Amino acid sequence: MDTQPIRKTFNQQLTELRERLLYMGGLVESAVHRSLRAALERDAALADDVVDHIEPEINRLEVEIDDRVLRLMALQQPMAVDLRFLAAVLKVGNDLERMGDLAVNIAQGTPRLLRQPLAAPVVDLPLMAARANQMLRSALDALMTEGVDLARSVLAADDEVDGMRDAIFRTLIEVMTREPSEVERSVALLSIARNLERIADHATNIAEDVIFWVEGVDVRHHFAEGPPA
Amino acid sequence: MLGNLHSTAAPLTASATTSASVPGVVETRHLDFFYGNHQVLFDVSLRVVQHEILALIGPSGCGKSTFLRTLNRMNDLVPSARWQGEVLIDGQDIYAPGCDVMALRRKVGMVFQRSNPFPFSIEENVAYGVKINHLARDRQHRAEIVERSLRAAGLWEEVKDRLRHPALALSGGQQQRLCIARALAVEPEILLMDEPASALDPIATARIEELAIELKQRYTIVIVTHNLQQAARISDRTSFFLMGKLMETGATQTLFTKPVRKETEDYITGRFG
Repeated sequence: MDTQPIRKTFNQQLTELRERLLYMGGLVESAVHRSLRAALERDAALADDVVDHIEPEINRLEVEIDDRVLRLMALQQPMAVDLRFLAAVLKVGNDLERMGDLAVNIAQGTPRLLRQPLAAPVVDLPLMAARANQMLRSALDALMTEGVDLARSVLAADDEVDGMRDAIFRTLIEVMTREPSEVERSVALLSIARNLERIADHATNIAEDVIFWVEGVDVRHHFAEGPPA
Repeated sequence: MLGNLHSTAAPLTASATTSASVPGVVETRHLDFFYGNHQVLFDVSLRVVQHEILALIGPSGCGKSTFLRTLNRMNDLVPSARWQGEVLIDGQDIYAPGCDVMALRRKVGMVFQRSNPFPFSIEENVAYGVKINHLARDRQHRAEIVERSLRAAGLWEEVKDRLRHPALALSGGQQQRLCIARALAVEPEILLMDEPASALDPIATARIEELAIELKQRYTIVIVTHNLQQAARISDRTSFFLMGKLMETGATQTLFTKPVRKETEDYITGRFG
């Protein structure tokens, strides 16, 4: 069957919306990446860039995308896959905005780390950061390509990041118990690990929304057979 | 079997083909329909359950209106029409030889796209079917039927003081509700609606839609509509027709959010070529 779009304007608007969402996703990726570099490489300027420039732009995009979605819902009466897409966009926009906030949290921890003398790392935060970043990248790629297999791989990775956070927590609690002088640094690192874990949770939410959009299946909370009765 | 629509009349009850007989149930089995050599319906099997609103959607020419008209033999008016398969109303094949078409059309009322009141008074319009079918015992009984039907169609309060005024003086929306009252006056079980609100403004459309939802408590309703939002608002289930074939029937909520077939999704999202 020929499936050329008849509603060209509507389809163009959906394409533009997806592009704006992906642009927002790119900014979030950048915010997360820069905030981690700021904290781990002790770069205050990078932290300021996240707080002063990137995160405000993410917030502005959230408002813009919400407005676009509401206009399309009101004016175009979307159905089926289009309706699911718009519902997903609203939620993904919210998740991305929260990830921007978490990046700011990480960036704002930089001064506390800067007050500490350099020391050999006791926990592998860069590895956890790489895994969380990869989840975010995969979730955004899934959004771009309608890739449900990729989205499912993000869901599977969440437990791994949770495990990393738990291991880092255990190690840092040991360090704080043993070396009271390391408490401030350890608390700052705990905060980064906690924020990374929450970023991974939001990447998982985005992956779930992609699956809902493409397949119409709600996989949240391991619940794939429709909403509770 | 292949039949011609022009059959002789006999009581509807004379042609029972199944033992299961539930009022207000419509069922077609492997229904093919032709105008001359042109086939417009292909192997349509569909069951409409009692007291539901079933919406029929699909692009122009998909066969949905033809299908609707097969349910009370309105296609009999087309000389070249022929069919094969079965159409069962309350378990009885309405195309079986000897079916009483007049009785069938009392049981299966119809409301058309354009309101079509007769050039009589409001009261005479509603009572028309009652009169020709001798359904009223006396004038008092007839007046009761007129009031009950107008109330059921949500028109009584607007016209009770001018029942003898010309029906054609009513607004478009009122005329359409008058036609619904006229259909209800002969106490049907099933109401067929062929785009009943397509010529009405949003307020009159909303009244018809609310009325349909109220009427399903007592009647089974099959509605053809091009307005997908209307189908989504009022129907319990929706059937999608394409090129004479029934592609998909499902709960309306499911069909408009997660249709099973790609063709359905392409149609309701406007991606048809």
